[in-house]
Amino acid sequence: MHEWALAEAVIKNATEIAQQEGLKQVNEVTVKIGELQQVERPIFRFALSQMKPANFKNAKFHLTTAKSTLKCRVCGTTWLFRKASLDKETAEAIHFVPEVAHSFIKCPKCGSPDFEICEGRGVWLQSIKGAK
Amino acid sequence: MTDPRTSVIGDRLERIGRIIAVSSGKGGVGKSMVATTLALSLVKRGCKVGLFDLDFTSPSTHIILGAKGVQPTEEKGLVPPKVHGLEYMSLVYYVGDEAAPLRGADTSNALIELLAVTLWGDLDYLVIDMPPGIGDAVLDLIRLVPRIEFLIITTSSQLAFETVKKQIHLLKELKVPIVGIVENMKMTESKNVQQQTEALGIKFLTEIPHDPTVEAAIGNPEELLGTALGKKVQTITQTV
Repeated sequence: MHEWALAEAVIKNATEIAQQEGLKQVNEVTVKIGELQQVERPIFRFALSQMKPANFKNAKFHLTTAKSTLKCRVCGTTWLFRKASLDKETAEAIHFVPEVAHSFIKCPKCGSPDFEICEGRGVWLQSIKGAK
Repeated sequence: MTDPRTSVIGDRLERIGRIIAVSSGKGGVGKSMVATTLALSLVKRGCKVGLFDLDFTSPSTHIILGAKGVQPTEEKGLVPPKVHGLEYMSLVYYVGDEAAPLRGADTSNALIELLAVTLWGDLDYLVIDMPPGIGDAVLDLIRLVPRIEFLIITTSSQLAFETVKKQIHLLKELKVPIVGIVENMKMTESKNVQQQTEALGIKFLTEIPHDPTVEAAIGNPEELLGTALGKKVQTITQTV
């Protein structure tokens, strides 16, 4: 359910951008969701629909997925995050704060926890389209 | 492409009266102990208080509080559990006994995430236990929480106070309010730190004698408030 908090941030941010760009009506909002955070899309989409302000009435929300790419800072190995490899408790901890991945995930080649989350961490507002 | 989380941080903190970061340029000066005791003292005075452990890589407030078997509840965000009357938030809920080897960018991201999704109640005070130094956490809080105030901890050692002076210089330059300085673990009668603090135009809040009974009170907040440290920190609550 903390998807509601993230959805609220997206709506607030999109509203600010719409104001800055002088958009009276917002028609399309694209949100990129990184796999690492494992956002529950139905809840997130429902929260967006419930919180959108009047000038977003006809807005379509496009949710795109970014695979989570991790790169070891020690040996340079690059790999993809796979939720299936984690137990439920660990997956949930990463869901709440993706950075705790550093406590539970290690480089598959050298075992280091010192890796970079290159892409696919969490929620990003990718674009917003509308009419002035 | 924008990070939407920072847009909502102001809303998350709007029902909080004052936000005080307990900080120091140096590690090992007793920040966590003073931050936790300050938060408990404010509760004892009848205030509604939150405690947020931002020392992600070396958290210890949960040990001082003896917080066990509690987790935030998930509603439309994360609601911190009540621990000894405090709304208490820490990364420890999610890492448990594991190490959290975070670099600067990861620290910033975790801090932004928790500020964006934590649903604090109506609070008179939010006390933040900071990591040592003037790195990412300090800079992020100044950037993201314009109402932030700093309470600075030092020891009598010139090694600690020299770093504290740099921190004061930075905060003054950025026009960030400083509540005052606490001289902790004092073992001499010297007034050197107090004089230097006052010469810098900063309020000297109190001096806390080195108190060997504190170690035994870790995990027991009532006992902690009864130590010399606890009694001294309670006097600060009249000032803050």
